[in-house]
Order: sequence, then C-alpha cells, then structure tokens
Amino acid sequence: MAKKPAGSKVAPARTAKRASAAEDWPNTVYRLLREGGVTQFAYVPDAGHSVCISRSLADPDVQSVALTTEEEGVALVCGAHLGGAKAVLLMQSSGVGNTINLLSLAEFGRFPFLTLVSMRGEFGEGNPWQYAMGQAVTKVLEAMGVQVLRAEKPEEVEEVLRAAMTMTWQSGMRVAVLLTQRLLGAKVFAPAT
Amino acid sequence: MAKTTTKSAAKAAPKTKTVTPVSERKSSGHLDRRQATIRLLGKTDDVLIIGGIAGAKDDAMGAAGGDVAHCYALGGAMGAACAMGLGLALAQPTRRVFVVTGEGELLMNSGTLATIGVLNPPNLSIVVLDNEYYGETGYQPSHTARGVDLVKIAEGSGIKATRMVTKESELDDAARMLRQSNGTSFVVAKVAPTDPERVPHSRDGNWQRQRFVRTVAAWKK
Repeated sequence: MAKKPAGSKVAPARTAKRASAAEDWPNTVYRLLREGGVTQFAYVPDAGHSVCISRSLADPDVQSVALTTEEEGVALVCGAHLGGAKAVLLMQSSGVGNTINLLSLAEFGRFPFLTLVSMRGEFGEGNPWQYAMGQAVTKVLEAMGVQVLRAEKPEEVEEVLRAAMTMTWQSGMRVAVLLTQRLLGAKVFAPAT
Repeated sequence: MAKTTTKSAAKAAPKTKTVTPVSERKSSGHLDRRQATIRLLGKTDDVLIIGGIAGAKDDAMGAAGGDVAHCYALGGAMGAACAMGLGLALAQPTRRVFVVTGEGELLMNSGTLATIGVLNPPNLSIVVLDNEYYGETGYQPSHTARGVDLVKIAEGSGIKATRMVTKESELDDAARMLRQSNGTSFVVAKVAPTDPERVPHSRDGNWQRQRFVRTVAAWKK
C-alpha cells in the first residue's frame, strides 16, 4: 500500500471519479466544473447556485468573483480565456436579460463560453414578475448564438453538464445549461390574500 | 411635381449637426490622448492590454506599437473592457494587465469597479481616457462634463491606488503608481476632446482572440 506523505490532505470532491450515491446534484456540478478545469466562478448571488458559490468561496484554488451585473460575467469569462483559464458564469434567468449585448463579444470573438442558469418564471412559479424574462430566456440566448440545454431531473444533471462542457471547451461553442425550476423546486411564497 | 416639392422641402429643412465641431467642444481635459497613453503605459512588450471600445482601443494600440498580439482591441460590446481585464488579470497573476478605456464605456458599467475593488488584483491597471464627450457618436457631452467624478467612484468602490491626471507633469508619477501599486490601480487622464488617430488593425474578433491566446501561452514557456 502506498504511503501518504505526512500532513497531506485528501480532497474527496476532486479525487472521486464518479458521484457517490450520497452526492447531491449541486455538489456534482461543482465537482464536474473543477474536474473540467474551471478556476474562475463568476456570479450574481443566487439561491439556485448557492452550493457552487459557497464551495468556490471555500476553495483556495479558484477565484470566486461576485459581480454587480451579469454582463460583467460575460466579459470576465472571455478575459479569462484570453489568459488561458476556464471560467463559468452562474446566473438566474432574470440575469440573462442583462447579458444580451455583451454576448456580442462571446459570439463575434468565438469565445468558448459556459453559463449555468437557474430558472424562474416557469414550472410552479408563484411570482408573476418572473414570467416575462423566464419565458424569454431560451429565445434570447439562441438569438445571440448560445446553445441551450435543459436539466429537468437530478439524475440527468451530470450528463447534461458533461455534454455542455464538451461543447464549450472542445468545440469552442457558447453554451447555457438551464437548471430548470422543476429541478430546483419552485420558491415558496405565502398565498396572496 | 411631387418629387420637386419633396426636394425643396428637404432643402429648406434645418441642417442637423451630427458631429460637434472641435471648436465647439468644451472639456476640462488638455492632455494629448495618445501621448498620455504612451507615457502611462510605458514599456509594453511584456504586458497584456485590453483596448476599450472606440478611440481608447486606438490609443491602446498606439501605445503598444500597433496591432500587436497582446492587445485585444474591442470594437463593440460596450462596457466589457474592465471586466475582461479582470478575468485576464486573475488568469495571469504574474503579468501586468492594462485596461485602456474611455469614460463613456466605464460609465456604462461602473459597477465593475466594485467587482474589481473587492478582489483588488495588484496586476490590474486601469487607464481611463476622459475627454468628457461621447466621441464616437458625435461628441455629445458625457456625465464627467457635468460633475461626475470617476476617481471618487473608483475610491468608493474600494480601489485605493487612484489618480486624476490633468497635467503632463503628473504623468510619470501616475505611470509609476500603475506599475508599483500593491492593489489594483486606476488613473483618469483628462484628455483633450480631439479625434484619436486611428490605428490600422484586424477587426476580426475571433482572429484577434486566437492570436492573443497563442501568444500568451508561448510567453509562459
């Protein structure tokens, strides 16, 4: 049996090749992104991405970048690529609307671009303000040249994300993975009185 | 008959000025924008540069010696320059990264200064060429002509190494700060509202990207 050097730490999240039965899909997402070489996580704080955000903050080997608006994230991902690094943009569906013109940079420059979008304004949404942007997400992204994949169930997250990562970094495409409201669970609001 | 009427109506209509003539542009800035950029950036052989939309990218390339591989010149996506510089600076922590942008582009995404301020990468140096006009769209006065102070916005965003440069005699000191600060540095240069001298360059963003990535990868060796 190989001896471990004294004081070495085991990093289970990064050494595990497959998801253990106990690993939930948000942790699978983080593990896959890290295994894929992502070193910059950019986000506007959001409940749907909370695991990725908190793990990126706790991970000494990555940059965790809190944005003031999602469009910064598009430019940041492109800048990271210029420097030879992989970055991912985590945003909510409403943030997609903020990225539109900045996606010109990703599209015209053919930058590899990966974003994970936590969805609102669809399955079971209780806040009517969310529908306008939520329902426009796919159309808007596709209009700007971004390929859109959806993950509806926990057991398909890994397959969809692996496909997206191949499309992004092997084929150099612009790709969005929608973490749907069915997957995330609709936010619970008190019934209107 | 109708044709004649239309023609004479067009003749009678008042002429709309699409570009404010140089003689009518009033700015507190007097520095020559190209010379100021050259002096603020200094030796550029081993630095990475993001050139912001419109005139700023020409000044960035002018300071870098032309359309060089390590200067990415933006021709659209207004507001991208600083955040792109941040991603690049985080990816290349041992290299100096300059962002050269105009005040109009910075104002479009001044929140990026807050994003940068909390991370404060010491290898990121931002140069804002502030002529107090939106030059590319015909020289309409910008917010900085009307009291907005970008240095204060940067300071309020947590960037500590800041400087407003209005005179040539202040350029060398600002250039030193851009290179030697132990956090992100930010300089606003008040430049004259003259048209920037254009630098011939590739306008293919994809080609520019590939050339940049290849070059940086080769530098690492």
